[in-house]
Amino acid sequence: MDGSPAGTTQDSALAEKAEEVEDPAAIAARDQAWTEGLMAVRAGMVGNRWVRLLRWLVLGVVIVVLLLMARNIATHSQPLAYFLQTIVYGLGSGSLYALIALGYTMVYGIIELINFAHADVVTFGGFISLSVVTAFGFKEGVVNGPLILLALVPITAGTMLVCGLLNITIERVAYRPLRNAPRVSPLITAAGMSFVLEGLMFLWKGPVNNHYPDLIPTGQLTLIGTTVRIKDAVVVVLALLLVLALDTFVTKSKLGKAMRATAQDRDAASLMGIDINRTIAATFFIGAVLAGFAGTMYGLYFGNIVFDLGFATGLVAFTAAVLGGIGNIRGAALGGLCIGMFEAFWNSYFVSAWTQVMIFVILTLVLLFRPAGLLGMRVPDRT
Amino acid sequence: MALLELKGIDAFYARIQALHGVSLTVDRGEIVALIGSNGAGKTTTLRTISGLMHPAAGTITFDGRDISSTPPHRVVQLGICQAPEGRRLFQRLTVQDNLEMGAYSRRDRGGIRDSLEKVFTLFPRVKERRHQLAGTLSGGEQQMVAISRALMANPRALMLDEPSLGLAPLIVDTIFGIINEINSSGVPILLVEQNAVKALDVAHRAYVLETGTIVQSGPGKELAQSEEVQKAYLGI
Repeated sequence: MDGSPAGTTQDSALAEKAEEVEDPAAIAARDQAWTEGLMAVRAGMVGNRWVRLLRWLVLGVVIVVLLLMARNIATHSQPLAYFLQTIVYGLGSGSLYALIALGYTMVYGIIELINFAHADVVTFGGFISLSVVTAFGFKEGVVNGPLILLALVPITAGTMLVCGLLNITIERVAYRPLRNAPRVSPLITAAGMSFVLEGLMFLWKGPVNNHYPDLIPTGQLTLIGTTVRIKDAVVVVLALLLVLALDTFVTKSKLGKAMRATAQDRDAASLMGIDINRTIAATFFIGAVLAGFAGTMYGLYFGNIVFDLGFATGLVAFTAAVLGGIGNIRGAALGGLCIGMFEAFWNSYFVSAWTQVMIFVILTLVLLFRPAGLLGMRVPDRT
Repeated sequence: MALLELKGIDAFYARIQALHGVSLTVDRGEIVALIGSNGAGKTTTLRTISGLMHPAAGTITFDGRDISSTPPHRVVQLGICQAPEGRRLFQRLTVQDNLEMGAYSRRDRGGIRDSLEKVFTLFPRVKERRHQLAGTLSGGEQQMVAISRALMANPRALMLDEPSLGLAPLIVDTIFGIINEINSSGVPILLVEQNAVKALDVAHRAYVLETGTIVQSGPGKELAQSEEVQKAYLGI
């Protein structure tokens, strides 16, 4: 990203501030050296037998783990039913991770910022819809059947809107003023925003696990010993629809194309008449709309929500975004699904206490061996 | 009154002054060349006009309107469009989408379609490649797309930054031919070039920029005869 030189004023204070901004050429050179280094490691050119040895070692461990899992799958008392049930769980939480990961990846794609506050916006969405639901006195069994949708749809839509506006505000106060600062500065304010939001939500509903009423009509389908509840279907189908809608929006609409153009070359985009500030704000808005949806769905799906939900969930969803290829929208959806599935399988066949550790092991391995992720970009950059 | 006028522009990168009182004008229908060596401030001049950076002193007026502190997307809406140095295409967008981005600030669908037709007649190659990702084109084709993209805004003034950079001589000739063609359709052009021979040949007037100061100006053909210019930039 071309850091725009700020020194067009003679005001000495500003000039001094401008000087702290690193020379864009130096940043570019360092980034390139870093990328080249990584590529060299990946290609096995550097060093190196140790790197190669490490890769074989990792591959070996992964194979052993997969074999162990295969054994556990096969030796279960009801192998097929349990296996399919695990997939159903994986799809459910995977869809939620995918929705959250999209927000990370969109923001990273356009301004190269890991928006640590994103998952707290998800929690915030859950809190808002929970408050409205409670205020209207909706509980399990008060309204039955599809009628509840008349209430849930507007509540969810309203929550999505509020989250969108919240995220635009966050961008405006915490990130935009630092647009041309060194990259680590907005990263710090992002972590700060995360703590601010968690603090506010702590004050709002306290440290307890808040019960979220199970409003989606109960009902289930049992096939080959596998239970699929209505809410499993609802969360997966709606998430899929949202991902498809987002993908169409980003590839087909004018604003979506402007977002991608801004992500690829901000200065060139503004030379085409694209209002950069508005485009970035729109990106934050859309990411948070998905977050609001995910937060509400999380509550409805798991039946409870706590103020610091975003902390762990956010790291997992971020891992999903990196796994899919950060900045890549389809990648984030795929990564979310993979991570959800992995989590479900680990919970089902190994010790669930280790699940999060293993997810971060995945993050580490992806960053080490495939930093561009599963669907990382592979287009020649010719000039 | 000139269409585009720069008066006493000073511009800084942090504390380093890049432009010292640069003044120049572009009139309707003209091709004006800005030549000079690396680091003379040619691109900086274009950046201040585009609004990517703002001058610390001096004024820029376009069609009688002060645009010294106008943000870049507003400058485009007013009718100044730029094909930046190094093409700067959106590499992972198709050629067609790149062109669509060029017309971003326009609302007149019919007009956009007309511009697209015009661009395709001007550059048949661009039409052939319109469904390809811009990053997969050759350098010459990318330059054609960059110029097309700028034309999609239906500009009242076009700025071209080093359109011949890194291209084969044959393609350079094509590009300069097209610059003439665009100009004869009525679009004034501010042309920044290191290839002084070509630039002075095509330009009605030209300015020579040296370390941020305009040191010479005059009709293109006249400057091409000047001894200093010949020594410094034409290698004669």
